[in-house]
Amino acid sequence: MENVASGNAPIVTLTDAEKHFGPVRALDGVSLSISPGECLGLVGHNGAGKSTLVNLINGGLAPSAGQITYTDALGKDTLNPMSAGVRSVFQELSLCPNLTVAENLRISHSDLKGSGWRRRAREEISAALDQVFPGHGIDAGIEVDQLSIAQRQMVEIAIGFSPRGSTARLVILDEPTSSLDAGIAEQLLDHIRTFCAAGGAVIFITHMMGEIFATASRIVVMSDGKVVADRPTTDFTRQGLVDAMGHVAANSDPETQSEKRVLTEEILRTPQGLSAHRGEIVGLSGLAGHGQAEALARLYFESTSSWRSLGSKSQMVFVAGDRGRDGVLPLWSILRNASITVLGQGKWLLDHKAEVEFGKTWKERVGIRTENIDNPILSLSGGNQQKVLFARALASDAPVVIMDDPMRGVDVGTKRDVYRMIREEAARGRTFLWYSTETAEVCECDRVFVYRNHEISAELTGDDITEDQILAASFEMQEA
Amino acid sequence: MKRSMQIFTRPWIWSWLAAAVVFAMTLALTGADGATGLAYAALSFGSFAAIVGLGQMLVMTLGPGNVDLSIPATMTLAATLGLKVMNSEPGNAMLGLGVALLAGLLTGGMNVLLIFLLRLPPIIATLAASLVYQSVAIWSNRGLRIKPPEALADFATGRLIGVPNVAWVALVLSIIIWIVLERSLWGRWLLASGQNMRAARLAGVPVQAVRAVTYIAVALLASVAGYLLASFSGGAALNMGSEYLLMSIAVVVIGGTSVAGGFSNVPGIWGASLFMFLVVSMLNSYGAGAGLRMVLTGTIIIFIVIAASSRRGRL
Repeated sequence: MENVASGNAPIVTLTDAEKHFGPVRALDGVSLSISPGECLGLVGHNGAGKSTLVNLINGGLAPSAGQITYTDALGKDTLNPMSAGVRSVFQELSLCPNLTVAENLRISHSDLKGSGWRRRAREEISAALDQVFPGHGIDAGIEVDQLSIAQRQMVEIAIGFSPRGSTARLVILDEPTSSLDAGIAEQLLDHIRTFCAAGGAVIFITHMMGEIFATASRIVVMSDGKVVADRPTTDFTRQGLVDAMGHVAANSDPETQSEKRVLTEEILRTPQGLSAHRGEIVGLSGLAGHGQAEALARLYFESTSSWRSLGSKSQMVFVAGDRGRDGVLPLWSILRNASITVLGQGKWLLDHKAEVEFGKTWKERVGIRTENIDNPILSLSGGNQQKVLFARALASDAPVVIMDDPMRGVDVGTKRDVYRMIREEAARGRTFLWYSTETAEVCECDRVFVYRNHEISAELTGDDITEDQILAASFEMQEA
Repeated sequence: MKRSMQIFTRPWIWSWLAAAVVFAMTLALTGADGATGLAYAALSFGSFAAIVGLGQMLVMTLGPGNVDLSIPATMTLAATLGLKVMNSEPGNAMLGLGVALLAGLLTGGMNVLLIFLLRLPPIIATLAASLVYQSVAIWSNRGLRIKPPEALADFATGRLIGVPNVAWVALVLSIIIWIVLERSLWGRWLLASGQNMRAARLAGVPVQAVRAVTYIAVALLASVAGYLLASFSGGAALNMGSEYLLMSIAVVVIGGTSVAGGFSNVPGIWGASLFMFLVVSMLNSYGAGAGLRMVLTGTIIIFIVIAASSRRGRL
C-alpha cells in the first residue's frame, strides 16, 4: 500500500453538490471532503440521499450543480473517480452468478488479459480474500451461484479492496454486513481499521450503530438531501446520533390526526408475528430492503391461490408500489387495468355497460386525470397510474388491503386524496397493511411493525409510534 | 380520411393485405377464371391452419416461452384414434369426434402435468411429449389406412352456400374464441397473465389455472383439426400434422398477435392462414421449384412480420 498516503490532500471533495430528479431534490447542496486515513460513517433515514451521494462520488451519476474533484495517488487533481482509486461495494449483489469468483474480478479489472489471465485473477482474488477474511474457505475457481449469500458478499467486498492494477484508496461500503454473521463482520471491521490506518479511506453505510461507533472516525448524518451533522465520532452518543437523524423537516399532513379507536377483533396473524385487527391501519417500517415488501408479498401469496379464484370470497387485495413489476398491465386501457380484480368477483360473461359505469364512478372517486378511460394506462403519469391501482384494490370487497410502499413517486395532492380514502375505508371496517418508506406516513398508523434484517424488531402502538422510536428500532443499538 | 387511415393501425390488416396481394398476383398469371377455384381451395386448406393457429395463438398470448410444439402429434393421434373407432362404419361420426376430443384432452392434460408438476419449460415438455403421442399413434395404427365413414368424408369435402364446410367449422370456432377473449372473464385473465404474470397474480388472477386451461384448449383445437383433416383427405397418415408445426406459429405471428404476450388477434389468424396457402400456390403457378419456394416463403414471412410490427411500433 505504498503511495497511498501521498500527503493529506482529500481523495474526493464535493462542493455544493446537488442532484435533481425532475422536481425532486435528492441531494440539495452537499459539501464534503474525505481524506486518506478517514473512515466515514454515513447514516440517515430512507430517502435521505445516501445512495445519491454515493453514486455521485463513484461517478455513477453526474451532479446537477456543484463540483466534485478527486486527487489521485500521486497528488494530482483529476475528474475521474477510477484513477483516484474510488471503489464501491453495493448492497444489492452485483456479481455474475454464472461466472467464477476469479472471472468476476476480471469484469472490473480490464488489465487481466492474455494467456493465463484466469490464474492471475485467481491469485489476486485469493490474496484479497485472505487479507480481508482470513480463513474464508472460498475457492476462487468456483462459480458464484454455488456460494451462499454471505460468501457472495465477501467476494464482492474482496473485489472492492483488491488492487485491480492500481490501488484502492477510497472504498464505499453500502450495508456490507447485512448478510454477514457477527464473526465475519468483525473481520471486515478489523480490515477497515487496518486499511484506514495504512492511509486508505472508507465510506461506511450501515444500520448497525455498534459498527459505526467501532470503526468510523467521523460520522456524517444526512436528512432530506442535506448533511445535517458532520463531526468526529467521539462527539456523538448513540442517542444523539438517532436524534440527529430524526430531525426530518416534518412534512406530515397537519389534518391527519386519527382518533385512536378501540380494536378488538384480530383478523390476521402470521407466524412471523405480523398481526392486524378489523378496521386497523397497520404500518410496516424500517430501513428499505429489510424484508417488509417480501413479508407482504408472502402474506398475499399464501392467502390466495394461483389455481383458484375465490371470487367474492377473496380476503385480500394488493396495491403494488413497484408498478412496472407488480401492478400495471401495460397493454391495456385505464378501464381494463382498474376493473380486472373486481371482474374476478363477478360473472363469467362480462357486462360491458356495467364495466363502463364502474370506470366512470372510480375515475371520479379517485380523481384520475384523463379525458377518456379507454386511453392506454401508460399514457398516465406515475401518480395517476397509482390511483388506478388503488381503484383496482378498493373497488373489491376484500376486507384486507395490502399496500407495498404505494406512494413512491406520487405527488402531494394524490397522497392527500389517498390518505383520506384509506381513513374512510378503515372507518368502515377495512384493514390496511401498509409498508411505507416515509416515516411520516407510518406515524399515522394505528400500529407499526418495524423490520430489521427480515425480522420484526419492534411492535409499536398508540403514543409509542414516533419517528424516534421507529428509527431506534430500525438500527441495531447493541455492539456489533 | 382519418377513419380510412385508422384501419392501417389494426394489426390484422397486414395479413389480409398480404393475402389479397398474393391472390391478385396469382390471378395475374392464371387469368381471372381461376378466381373462385383458388378462393375455394384457400378457404378449405386455410381452415386447418386457422384452427391450429387459434390454439397456438391462445398459448402464445400467455407470454414468452409459451408455445405448444405437440400440435402435429396431437393431430395425428386424435385422427388415428378417431378413425380407428369409427372403423369406416356409417353413423359413427360423433363417436369418432368424441374419441378425437378425448385424445386431445389427454395430450393437453399430459402437457399440463409435464409443465407444472415437473416444471419443464413448455418448449421442451411439449416437444418431448409429442414423441410419445406420435409413438402411440404409430402403435395403434400399425400402418393401416382406415377410410373415414362416407358421410363424414362427404361432409368434410362438401360445401354450404359455396363455402367449404370445414371453413364453416373453423369460422364457428373462431367466433367462439373471439367471444371468450373479448367478452369473458377467462379471456381477460388470459390477456392479463400474458402481459405480466406477477402483476396478474397480485391482481387476483388465478394465473396457473389460466395456463393449464390454455394448454388443454390448444390440444382440443388440434384434435378437431386432425379429425377434420383426416376426414377431408380420406384417412389419417402419420406425417399428416408435420407441416402444421411451423404453420401454427407462422399464422400467429403474421396475424399480428404479440409474441411478447398479452395480445391476441382472431381476424389476423384468418388472413395469415389464407396467405400461407396462397403464397405457396402463387409460387407454384410461377413455376418455382421446391427449394426456391421455401426460400421465398420464408423471406416473405419475415417481411410481413417486419411490416406489421413496425406499424405497431409507431402507434
